[in-house]
Amino acid sequence: MTLSRALTAFAMMRKPLLAVLALPLAAQAATGQEALHRARIDVTDAASIQRGARVFVNYCLNCHSAQYMRYNRLTDIGLTEQQIRDNLMFTAQKVGDTMTVAMPRGAAKDWFGVAPPDLSVIARARGADWLYTYLRSYYRDDSTATGWNNLLFPNVGMPHVLWELQGRQVLKVVQQPGPHGEAHKTSLVLESPGALSPREYDALAADLVNYLVFMGEPGRVRRVQTGYVVLIALGVLFVFVYLLKREYWKDVH
Amino acid sequence: MSRSQALLAWIDERFPLSTLWKEHLAEYYAPKNFNFWYYFGSLALVVLVIQIVTGIFLTMNYKPDAAQAFGSVEYIMRDVPGGWVIRYMHSTGASLFFVTVYLHMFRGLLYGSYRKPRELLWLLGVLIYLCLMAEAFFGYLLPWGQMSYWGAQVIVNLFAAVPIIGEDLAVWIRGDYVISDTTLNRFFAFHVIAIPLVLLGLVVAHIMALHEVGSNNPDGIEIKKKKDAAGRPLDGIPFHPYYTVKDAVGVVVFLAVFSFIIFFAPELGGYFLEYNNFIPADPLKTPTHIAPVWYFTPYYAMLRAVPAFLGSQFWGVIVMGAAVLIFFALPWLDRSPVKSIRYKGPYYKVALALFVVSFLVLGWLGTQPTDFLGKLGGTDTAVILARVFTLVYFLFFLLMPWYTRIDSHRPEPERVTG
Repeated sequence: MTLSRALTAFAMMRKPLLAVLALPLAAQAATGQEALHRARIDVTDAASIQRGARVFVNYCLNCHSAQYMRYNRLTDIGLTEQQIRDNLMFTAQKVGDTMTVAMPRGAAKDWFGVAPPDLSVIARARGADWLYTYLRSYYRDDSTATGWNNLLFPNVGMPHVLWELQGRQVLKVVQQPGPHGEAHKTSLVLESPGALSPREYDALAADLVNYLVFMGEPGRVRRVQTGYVVLIALGVLFVFVYLLKREYWKDVH
Repeated sequence: MSRSQALLAWIDERFPLSTLWKEHLAEYYAPKNFNFWYYFGSLALVVLVIQIVTGIFLTMNYKPDAAQAFGSVEYIMRDVPGGWVIRYMHSTGASLFFVTVYLHMFRGLLYGSYRKPRELLWLLGVLIYLCLMAEAFFGYLLPWGQMSYWGAQVIVNLFAAVPIIGEDLAVWIRGDYVISDTTLNRFFAFHVIAIPLVLLGLVVAHIMALHEVGSNNPDGIEIKKKKDAAGRPLDGIPFHPYYTVKDAVGVVVFLAVFSFIIFFAPELGGYFLEYNNFIPADPLKTPTHIAPVWYFTPYYAMLRAVPAFLGSQFWGVIVMGAAVLIFFALPWLDRSPVKSIRYKGPYYKVALALFVVSFLVLGWLGTQPTDFLGKLGGTDTAVILARVFTLVYFLFFLLMPWYTRIDSHRPEPERVTG
């Protein structure tokens, strides 16, 4: 069981093989200068994904679609279709429909300067750590149209939708004497707390990211499970094929 | 005569079934000393079959339409039963096709498999490699992600750099002034029918040429020179059953590696499926960093390494093209009296090692933005590195007639060794 867990965890990593080689690629999605925060996600944790799904439909799905994700695919995380209908669907859609939004893309573009991207596979494009960091990097900025800015995604079009939960962060610039003169160091400080404590907010962000990762590839857990079966079968096949080869090659000198 | 023998005789009178079986399998004598490097030919064939079969199934649900392509891939991944495994097999197979072909070509470099009488065999192989590059290029546009779109943009722009006719040529290739739905449709046609047809024909020709001249081996000597009374090479063994069972072991190990990637790391850290390709193609938004998939990056690094000259980027395109086409000349560049690296001298060994290093370093540089190592005297360090290794890459070929002639060598054995 521990081996299977380790392999599962390994398969869930974004850079499972050639981790060192792949390192520079990890930064490809980052637009700001911020180091990414490690998102502690676990796609086998159905409870976390269910909590994340609730946050997603309540806060994200008003503007962002997930047009390749069907509601009834949430049965993969242990929900029944009735539970999905009762708790996660607020429109007249059918449970087999995909998660679309009513907001016209043109209007959205007028309001936010950019049409909110579809989030079906956003976790596969950005990575869990990026999304987690993004959700934690909003701060008040009066110079922008929405009054919000993001340290990871400067001048982002989206306002901080979760601000009532997280509270208001402000950007604090600290002058630090460094080896090459004064260095600026920016950090985010919670100015006024929200409904959740910082710890609770981080947990909520992690749940949401966990859901986004699940949504990016709902069949992920099954993929890994299938993988064990296939590898074991090939292992057995190897024994027989190898013995066959050895038998034939006995008389080759 | 049993019933099955009678049936075989009936067929043989009308079709050379027994003859084909004997000539290509049961009585095709292969050297008995094949080593690890000799697995990759049959493995490349296995990948070809996997690509064709999975490709057929993908085509059943894929939509070659700019408005639907990206969504149809997600539809395959989510809603088509077993679609995800077919798609991952195809995307992983594309990369592993290049892995096996690169290792297969490297085997040729190790043991002089391109030397007389195998020049045509080698030329057909290089043509297969060219076809494979075209196939991969056309196929990469189909998922219609950001990297699909902008990667195709970069490659088509290479043709636009051709003097005088360049712009018209690029429009002719795209069928439009930009990469568009028209481009996607024709790339689909090339990917699913035109190139595979040529590829299959070349593979058949490659195998026919191989069976005409016989396989080389790690000693680089001709087993046909020493035959027994019945005319069978003393160091040869029938391909079937000996190499069919041996290659089967290789296939199972290969499938295990293949499956490991498919089921546990299908993106392979962004090298097999680029992260940015999960963002739908947006003609108005150029990604900050465009990198082709790993198997093209050595040539991409060369392209970026060559400076503009006389106001034209065309020189980079020439260098890139020459880097691939120079493989055609290999059989006539090697002047060593022996074929195999086992009996060649230190010059060739060092040259081959440098060539491999330059290929790998260029491949690595091609995945990165040019400024990722900082600057050196006003020029990007990565570009300077790429220039040095591009030079090494070409010197391996251009100096080969010289260093292989003056190189020392050991005498080849009479018979194959272990």
